[in-house]
Amino acid sequence: MSRLLVANGLIMDPVTQTVKSSSVYIADGRIIAIDHQPDGFEAEQTIDASGLIISPGLVDLCARLREPGLEFKADINSETRAAASAGITTLCCPPDTDPVIDEPAVVELIHRKAAMAAHANVLALGALTNGLKGQLLSEMHALREAGCVGVSNSRNPVANTLILRRAYAYAANCEMTVFIEPDEHWLSAGGCAHDGPVATRLGLQGIAVSAETVAISRALELILETGVKAHFGRLSSAHGVELIRRAKELGMKISADVSAHQLFLNEMDINSFNSMCHVLPPLRSQRDMEALRQAVRDGVIDAICSDHQPHEPDAKQAPFASTQPGISALETLLPLALRLVHEQVVPAYTALSLLTSKPAAILGINAGVLAVNRPADICIYDPEQDWQLEPSAMLSRGRNTPFTGWNFQGKVRYTILGGNLVHSA
Amino acid sequence: MVNKPARPTDRLIGNDSWNIQLDSNGRLKHFLTLEGLGSEILTSILDTAESFANVNQQRVKKVPLLRGKTIVNLFFEASTRTRTTFELAAKRLSADILNINISTSATSKGESLLDTLQNLQAMLCDMFIVRHSDSGAAHFIAGNVAPHISVINAGDGRHAHPTQAMLDMFTIRRNKGHDFGKLRVAIVGDLMHSRVARSQIHALNILNTGDVRVIAPKTLIPTDIEDMGVSVFNDLRSGIRDADVVIMLRLQKERMQGAFLPSEHEYYSLYGLTEERLRAAKDDVIVMHPGPINRGVEIESSVADGEHSVILDQVTFGISVRMAIMSMVLGREPEHIETEAIG
Repeated sequence: MSRLLVANGLIMDPVTQTVKSSSVYIADGRIIAIDHQPDGFEAEQTIDASGLIISPGLVDLCARLREPGLEFKADINSETRAAASAGITTLCCPPDTDPVIDEPAVVELIHRKAAMAAHANVLALGALTNGLKGQLLSEMHALREAGCVGVSNSRNPVANTLILRRAYAYAANCEMTVFIEPDEHWLSAGGCAHDGPVATRLGLQGIAVSAETVAISRALELILETGVKAHFGRLSSAHGVELIRRAKELGMKISADVSAHQLFLNEMDINSFNSMCHVLPPLRSQRDMEALRQAVRDGVIDAICSDHQPHEPDAKQAPFASTQPGISALETLLPLALRLVHEQVVPAYTALSLLTSKPAAILGINAGVLAVNRPADICIYDPEQDWQLEPSAMLSRGRNTPFTGWNFQGKVRYTILGGNLVHSA
Repeated sequence: MVNKPARPTDRLIGNDSWNIQLDSNGRLKHFLTLEGLGSEILTSILDTAESFANVNQQRVKKVPLLRGKTIVNLFFEASTRTRTTFELAAKRLSADILNINISTSATSKGESLLDTLQNLQAMLCDMFIVRHSDSGAAHFIAGNVAPHISVINAGDGRHAHPTQAMLDMFTIRRNKGHDFGKLRVAIVGDLMHSRVARSQIHALNILNTGDVRVIAPKTLIPTDIEDMGVSVFNDLRSGIRDADVVIMLRLQKERMQGAFLPSEHEYYSLYGLTEERLRAAKDDVIVMHPGPINRGVEIESSVADGEHSVILDQVTFGISVRMAIMSMVLGREPEHIETEAIG
């Protein structure tokens, strides 16, 4: 494998919270030295990183790649290519593919396709229940053996609480983290917007905050009883954040993430009927958005993910409620996080840790850190470059973004995956 | 600070869109919702409707204002009254009108809404009058039709039914005069699912109505409806006290299924408008209903047919008001194209 030198960049290490001008020496897919050139190291390729930030490659806790099953929207090759261009070197896909990730063959298919594409590491969550139907336990041990990093029922309901309790207990038995997208199905079914003044004015069926908080409360009780390791994904409400905060204060070993768009958009952005803002959980009130930002600041939220959901154009071309929810979000993950820094919500180290070391720790993987002997998954970006988002310039096959025309500062220039340069611009 | 651009470059619908109903001269190009319109436009609709009311009293009920125009009644949801009054209004304006009932045709064969529109557009018509079960459908259609086509919303989901609200305002003005400021108006019933109520609330507030109230059980009051400028009552008697206008909404029978209410019987016992309860309102109160009425569910027969009821007048006025809106939308001067100043 090649020997690569990343010369004279600013290494921003979210773990040690240091910035220093330095060089990174890479061989055989690993970082073999930082600062000091190892004896006899001769670079086959040198990246001049002067004026650029060298960060660990980003780790995205939730990205739907649409393969297998929905290849007309996107596929593993197209979406990992987009991820690489956005500095994301590891992404984790939820099990609601078609077929569902409830047997090793599907995991193997995803891993094989990702390896062939070779743009990013793709991890999979296994289904918590067979077919995500909420009735029978999946073969979690087999899924773990196949490489699943956790189990999840995605947004699919487990109506019977006893089955959910047993699923958590069995996941604990298999030492699998449960990834929870908190949603009480009966409270959210049919809804498409936050149950508040905008939904009322526009006549859209609302989803109350209780859809999130009832699900969190039920899960917390079962986590306490079963001792399963759990992660709550895609929080959307102030009250939901509050429940997580209290549980953490009680010493529960849980973690939580938020999707980047929830930190910048709220119900007012639906105004009027902008289908690009149709997401689940819905964009909530300004107050909820502020609480999510506060939770990012004070550490109640451990990670920011993209919640990437690429769609074909037709999926968003209909009256609001009839459009499909979701945002094509890989390519705005780092830009939005950097905007949090510019808006002084969090310091730059914190922003990067929310995208790298912390999500890596949640997944229990050896990634998200720049250190000797670690895998050489690296994101190199120009912190000064101004640019404007144009959907036509996106690499994802889904151009469904509400951020069209937004101005961003900071753009990825190089992405290195396992010691190979997978993106340069 | 760099922020969202003032004018989004996004071509897709959504952004800026309640101004998509105004042209560059501030005149109505589409008629989708009352939200965002000024009192001048509403008053001008009502005044124009007054002049058409006279036409409708004449032996020859026809004026040549829209001769040569083609209007399509595009109903994705069943309707008799609204479709018929639009049809009559179009005919009295001498337009050609075509009725298309889509719920039994194209979209049920899997054709997308956009494809259906493009096909109809290819038939070179001037106006779509649209009813659809999805909130926002009229906005979506207006955002996707060719620039020469106007869209009138004849009811979209729970969102808006602006022509109905305008005929209701016309009815109120005919009975109570031009000063809405001194009026107390109570809207009673299924606010949750009512597009009529939402449009009425906008219209009443734009016309500066003194007191707008909504009355319903908690299960049928939408969250934060106070933000639309109404006060909420859960008790009928206190809600209609000294009201000048009581507007009853239709209660659909499927509401029992969603556990909004236990039974029609219990609803009537609490919220049915009876003669006895109506005494709490002012002596000269008028009772309105967008129809079709459910006798014995939301309203007592003797009230629906009684001296305070103006329910059938509403239907009559509906023709004049729709003539006014159609003629204002289709009878505009050609848009003045602004040229950029060199400077």
